[in-house]
Amino acid sequence: MRPLLSVQGVSKRYGAHIGCADVSFDLYPGEVMGIVGESGSGKSTLLNCMAGHIAPDAGKVIFDTRADGPKDTVTMSEAQRRMLSRTDWAFVHQHARDGLRMGVSAGGNVGERLMAVGERHYGDIRGKATDWLERVEIDATRVDDRPTTFSGGMQQRLQIARNLVTGPRLVFMDEPTGGLDVSVQARLLDLLRGLVRDMGLSAIIVTHDLAVVRLLADRLMVMKSGRVVEAGLTDQVLDDPQHAYSQLLVSSVLQV
Amino acid sequence: MIQLKDVSKTFTLHNQGSAVIEVINDVSFDVAPGECVALTGASGAGKSTLMRMIYGNYLTQAGTIRIGDVDIVRAEPREIIALRREFLGYVSQFLRVVPRVPTLDVVADPLRALGVPADQAQERARTLLAQLNIPERLWSLSPTTFSGGEQQRVNIARGFAHAYPTMLLDEPTASLDAANREVVLSLIEEAKGRGAAIIGIFHDEAARARVCDREIDVSAFTPGLSSSSEAVGQTQETAA
Amino acid sequence: MTEYNFAYLDEQTKRMIRRAILKGLAIPGYQVPFASREMPMPYGWGTGGVQVSAALLTPDDTFKVIDQGADDTTNAVSIRSFFERTAGVATTTATSEASVIQTRHRIPEDALTENQILVYQVPIPEPLRFLEPRESETRKMHSLEEYGLMHVKLYEDISRHGHIATSYAYPVKVEGRYVMDPSPIPKFDNPKLGNMAAIQLFGAGREQRIYALPPYTQVVSLDFEDHPFEASKADHPCGLCDATDSYLDEVIIDDQGGRMFVCSDTDYCTARQAAGHKGKDAA
Repeated sequence: MRPLLSVQGVSKRYGAHIGCADVSFDLYPGEVMGIVGESGSGKSTLLNCMAGHIAPDAGKVIFDTRADGPKDTVTMSEAQRRMLSRTDWAFVHQHARDGLRMGVSAGGNVGERLMAVGERHYGDIRGKATDWLERVEIDATRVDDRPTTFSGGMQQRLQIARNLVTGPRLVFMDEPTGGLDVSVQARLLDLLRGLVRDMGLSAIIVTHDLAVVRLLADRLMVMKSGRVVEAGLTDQVLDDPQHAYSQLLVSSVLQV
Repeated sequence: MIQLKDVSKTFTLHNQGSAVIEVINDVSFDVAPGECVALTGASGAGKSTLMRMIYGNYLTQAGTIRIGDVDIVRAEPREIIALRREFLGYVSQFLRVVPRVPTLDVVADPLRALGVPADQAQERARTLLAQLNIPERLWSLSPTTFSGGEQQRVNIARGFAHAYPTMLLDEPTASLDAANREVVLSLIEEAKGRGAAIIGIFHDEAARARVCDREIDVSAFTPGLSSSSEAVGQTQETAA
Repeated sequence: MTEYNFAYLDEQTKRMIRRAILKGLAIPGYQVPFASREMPMPYGWGTGGVQVSAALLTPDDTFKVIDQGADDTTNAVSIRSFFERTAGVATTTATSEASVIQTRHRIPEDALTENQILVYQVPIPEPLRFLEPRESETRKMHSLEEYGLMHVKLYEDISRHGHIATSYAYPVKVEGRYVMDPSPIPKFDNPKLGNMAAIQLFGAGREQRIYALPPYTQVVSLDFEDHPFEASKADHPCGLCDATDSYLDEVIIDDQGGRMFVCSDTDYCTARQAAGHKGKDAA
């Protein structure tokens, strides 16, 4: 089996400050990897380098494209990269309003990616949008409502529907449950777990919430000061952390 | 089926003066198909620690732990995930699930992960829940609100949903009444009957005598201070 | 004529504008930035169109200006007299006699010829503007042909109104490449944009953009398979000339709810009346 994503020596500096340094790993189809670390540890920088939002200073991000096999997304043309981001990748932002068009109806939000890849049948687009609203547990009657009228949890679920409608293979998530009520978080986590399993998605989840990675991620990477200090099976890293920083991180979580 | 060779484990506590604590020293044993081996030893001897090492939950510093063809000590995370999904079952003492997910889906989940269609997986889940005397009216509720004994039985149903070729059982009969204890023991006998290799921890001596073919006293491999090793590991239970 | 350079603008400015026009013609539908000048009229009164016309006009040209199809509105009259005074060119109201026609919000009803140029006044050249406010992003979308958003707008129309309610400035795709705002012409005029014999030039003064359609360019109005584009107009004949094929203005004639529909193209209507056609409201 070939990795879906192969990150090789990715580094990004902001002047003298290190964003992330020399990060390498392979992600295989169907794998879910969590990246944890405190604020400023470089996990979001890394995520944005992988998703093509910022260009790394060094390193390769090789994605196994459907048409041409493994290709370095750092050096491919912006047109190709943006096409990948519409067809094969999804990006779930922490704040739904960063990932939604707030002035466009729920149906239009979900349908945008379909229209972007050339679908031109209104009835079909609307049908698929409605299906997806139901899959993310939003009542189909809300299809013409704008996300401004939705609760935070619904907005986040709408963002997920909007991202998954074109059947991507790799989902980037940046603190997907951040800012949501605990009860809403649980519902979202269950939904994400089901979607990842049923669609065979690979995912990279950046979060500082260890409970989230325990439930969603197969693998875990712990970052500190831009570097990966420990990586491994999620429950092993959480239950038997080896690095001093991982031990500190795990032991710092308040037990309920 | 399960083979441990020269297995050792230490905990290094970086945030407590980098204290290094040896917990398991040089364990070797095999478990054959259809065989059930009990881990014994006083509380704190390292039974659960060893079981967690075999499951890949704790990192093993030295030796090899072979489950089928996979050496857990050196396997990639995805290999361990695949092994756990298809080959290696684990019934822990505590239930850890996503809140609000119905009991029926919790039990069906291991089969769904194997790609079994939802209706078939739920059918198997119903059978097990009925067998373990979980009232049907509870099936649509999340088990997080259940009593300790009910949670334990949901956990067992989940652990036996798929016919794993190898299984780890951590106190499967604790906190069960006689009737349910009997159901669990027959489930274990059934698994042995189809050739599963099983490692179990049983405080219940009668249960141990009934289902286990051999005993391994873990305290023989625990260097010195056997009483503190249990406290060293995280108190959190692993995700089942 | 000693006070002004010919056609008001200095020669260097006209050269700069001509270059933008040529580039626009070379890349149909692409918005070419240009250094728009201050003109002796406010933005919104056709400063873009006037600069394009100024760069085009030669002493032999015959110039026509229409505003919503009419030659006799204030704006049309002022621009016409502006060029009468600054260029001394002949002017006309007859579509067929004009070599350069500057227009706001209409395409003349009579088919134009290869000897004519149609200059549109454009308020907002960017068709994606109301969906994506960032200029940097819309430019990128054009360069990468990411036009899904344009259909989102039409989708929203249908979901809200049951049909595509956009009735003017209806977006088009040019030669299968650039999505273009045809300026606020009624969508009734959209079919005339494509395969037109005349050169079409679009000038946006405030936004500093020029774009163009060379003769016989393919122009397709965006739509959905199950909601195809329709060039609609009011379902009446002209009250003055009885034409059934022209775009109509609704005119309120009293405070009792009385109204009449008349051709918005005054030249077309006048010519038909002169030829003996008579509508029900004609005096």
